[in-house]
Amino acid sequence: MNFDFSDDQKALKDQARKFLADKSSSKAVRAVLNDDAAFFDAALWKGVAELGWLGAAIPEEHGGLGLGRLELCVLAEEIGRAVAPIPFSSTVYFFAEALMLAGAEAQKRDHLPKIAAGERIGCFALSEGPGAPAEASIEAKFDGATLSGVKIPVTDGDCADWAVVVAKEAAGVSLVLVDLNQAGVARETLKTIDPTRGAAKLTFTNAKAERLGAAGQGWALAEAVLDRAAALIAFEQIGGSQACLEMAIDYAKNRYAFSRPIGSFQGIKHKLADMYVAIEVARSNAYYGAWALSTEAAELPFAAAAARAAASDAYYLCAKENIQTHGGMGFTWEVDCHLFFRRAKLLALQAGSPAVWKEKLVKRLEQRNAA
Amino acid sequence: MRRGARSIVWVAFKSRRFKGRRIWISTTRPRKPSFALRRALFSKPIASPKSAEAERLSRKLSPKDYLAAAKDYQRKKAEAGFAGITWAKEQGGRALPPIYAVIFNSEEAKFDAPAHPFSIGLGMCVPTVIAFSDEATKDRYVAKALRGDEIWCQLFSEPGAGSDVAASKTKAVKDGGDWIINGQKVWTTGAHFSDFGILLVRTNPDVEKHKGLTMFIVDMKAPGVEVRQIHQASGGRDFNEVYFTDVRIPDQNRLGEPGMGWNVALVTLMNERLAVGGSYGPDYKEIFEFAKGIAAPSGEGALIKDEAFRQKLADWIVRAEGYKLAKFRTMTALSRGQTPGPESSIGKVINANQMMDIANTAIEAQDLYGIIDDPAYAALEGAFHQSYMFAPGLRIAGGTDEILKNIIAERVLGLPQEPRADKGVAFKDLPSGR
Ligand SMILES: Cc1cc2nc3c(=O)[nH]c(=O)nc-3n(C[C@H](O)[C@H](O)[C@H](O)COP(=O)(O)OP(=O)(O)OC[C@H]3O[C@@H](n4cnc5c(N)ncnc54)[C@H](O)[C@@H]3O)c2cc1C
Repeated sequence: MNFDFSDDQKALKDQARKFLADKSSSKAVRAVLNDDAAFFDAALWKGVAELGWLGAAIPEEHGGLGLGRLELCVLAEEIGRAVAPIPFSSTVYFFAEALMLAGAEAQKRDHLPKIAAGERIGCFALSEGPGAPAEASIEAKFDGATLSGVKIPVTDGDCADWAVVVAKEAAGVSLVLVDLNQAGVARETLKTIDPTRGAAKLTFTNAKAERLGAAGQGWALAEAVLDRAAALIAFEQIGGSQACLEMAIDYAKNRYAFSRPIGSFQGIKHKLADMYVAIEVARSNAYYGAWALSTEAAELPFAAAAARAAASDAYYLCAKENIQTHGGMGFTWEVDCHLFFRRAKLLALQAGSPAVWKEKLVKRLEQRNAA
Repeated sequence: MRRGARSIVWVAFKSRRFKGRRIWISTTRPRKPSFALRRALFSKPIASPKSAEAERLSRKLSPKDYLAAAKDYQRKKAEAGFAGITWAKEQGGRALPPIYAVIFNSEEAKFDAPAHPFSIGLGMCVPTVIAFSDEATKDRYVAKALRGDEIWCQLFSEPGAGSDVAASKTKAVKDGGDWIINGQKVWTTGAHFSDFGILLVRTNPDVEKHKGLTMFIVDMKAPGVEVRQIHQASGGRDFNEVYFTDVRIPDQNRLGEPGMGWNVALVTLMNERLAVGGSYGPDYKEIFEFAKGIAAPSGEGALIKDEAFRQKLADWIVRAEGYKLAKFRTMTALSRGQTPGPESSIGKVINANQMMDIANTAIEAQDLYGIIDDPAYAALEGAFHQSYMFAPGLRIAGGTDEILKNIIAERVLGLPQEPRADKGVAFKDLPSGR
């Protein structure tokens, strides 16, 4: 197990950071934030596609760069740092991963090159209402050819072209692939806590759909997709946390109260040190997750759960304490603190809530010890 | 028995000496408010009972209509004798012990009463005016404020002076019988609809910072006052930047002696910490109800049956109740004519964080669905989400968590003060950073 990234990966990170600093600036993020009709930044999406990021982990035979998951982790951290307003996680960590995990060759050939080229936005539709979804509670119905039911909310469901939907059929729960641009699909845009990203309620009425993976294997596949997504999202969360910490450090050095930089007060020092500790704990767990992901190791379910639990907690802490460090300024719309505070909550829920993942982590520990 | 009446049992404390220490014991026999007051309290409501419907309606009002409704409510409240319950009779109050205000407030909290626009003015500003001005000034302002005809704001914080509010730079220069004000205040809640404000300014930059301040009453409609609304992180526009350009204030509107502004400000701040302690969002009772109808993270049964959640809920209960009871102790001290000490700071440290924690737990318990903050879909019509987005502001407003903990450590616990860079230095020579 190697606990650092290679020089090539670090070069990719630098390139990504420079690109995003320019193209996913606070101004660009705010353009999506302030425009109710905008679901994502199309120009940024195009740029990301041109750099090959969408296909970073997609094999060359399917139009990708054929790099590994580690490269994807590197990109994820930068995307998180930049609060990029694009459907990257939905398309890459969920949709493409599901296809690579469970897709038939024809399905991969159909979708993966288009994803890599930035021509197909994907999403993952699991949730059907408040509360953690469970295998027994899935109500969306697949009859072998068509899909009916309601999915709410679907992250990036407002701008996606295709969805992987968790639905039930006679054989049990299955994953199905659905073209969202058809008569049998109605979309309603939802207002969410993070308006820099889209979300929708999707209603399927006899929508044409096809199975992805084996019938009745959908729940296990969904869990596997979530594990992969969790390991990757952890890097977005760490990138966001790190950005919060850096903002807070910069402000604490320059802001004066009582004729001293506020960073000279231990109340602030300890706060920032706590943020750092939380990030480093999350980072180490996330590296372990990245290793497990990139080597298809059996440890992935455990490592992904640990990474996600640590990263969700770190981001929440860093986002709220960054606001606090900024005092009144931190509570304004104009200062970026709230962009992170909003995104932190979206990412903490996008692959399932922290409490659910902590429960999974302990269950997986029990399983590991029983084995 | 009505809930409000029962709560008296809790607040009737007696102090006794126990092993040389003063302790508080609750008396079993409730002290009853006068019959007339009780009847008035529970008959003929002047605001709608709290319900999802009422809140939806009040949210739908435009800011202008909400303000009109608020003024109307305040006038009726004053006419019914419920404004300024503890204030002196000369000030239009009823001179009743604070317990009566507690009872009224707990009853009022059950209604969707539009009382917000007055909380800063009547809770902090006007009491300061009463404490530091002559009869003519009180006659001019107090009754009108109490009736809701005029609204007040607190103009203390500046871009470079928040926690360190004594570093205020906005300056006042004497010109005949007037003072001329130039500078900027910021984060002024409600300045955009206020008629008057209490304004902390520097009248002498050549002495130590606490000694060169003076407090004034300022007419917010005076020439040279410019108010700009600030868009806050939670989306609303409740607070403002206020610019002063050659604004004239008659010397008559000075509160306290020139150079004594800090002492005046301390009275306001003490009231502020008492006032900014309450909970503004869903509390443990709401999440208790909510937890019955949502699945536990394990997927087995409802959240309310989840051990980890139950432990958290227990913590919220003891902190909320502990704070409430501590507040009653403060009230008891007030009713004995003692001033509430810095121990009342605990409310602020508890409430904003707890409010955020409860909101966060409720949002996360909904799993991905928790991202939806549209009132049409969200639990409690989005109240948890509003709370989540507003709580960070409450951790800062009225003294940050860190400042309040410093106050507890230094003034309550008597720990040594931080070394101070501003002792013995003239204000104009102090370092101020960016
Ligand atoms: C919602 C809201 C409403 C408000 N309404 C009003 C109003 O009506 N009128 C008004 O005058 N003001 C109002 N304020 C302003 C508020 O009082 C100040 O924002 C607050 O006192 C903090 O000051 P600041 O913003 O300058 O932050 P700073 O003082 O710059 O603080 C920045 C950070 O440094 C920390 N810090 C500062 N000093 C110390 C120390 N000695 N030890 C440890 N940490 C320290 C703070 O805790 C904070 O985390 C409001 C603020 C908010 C958010």
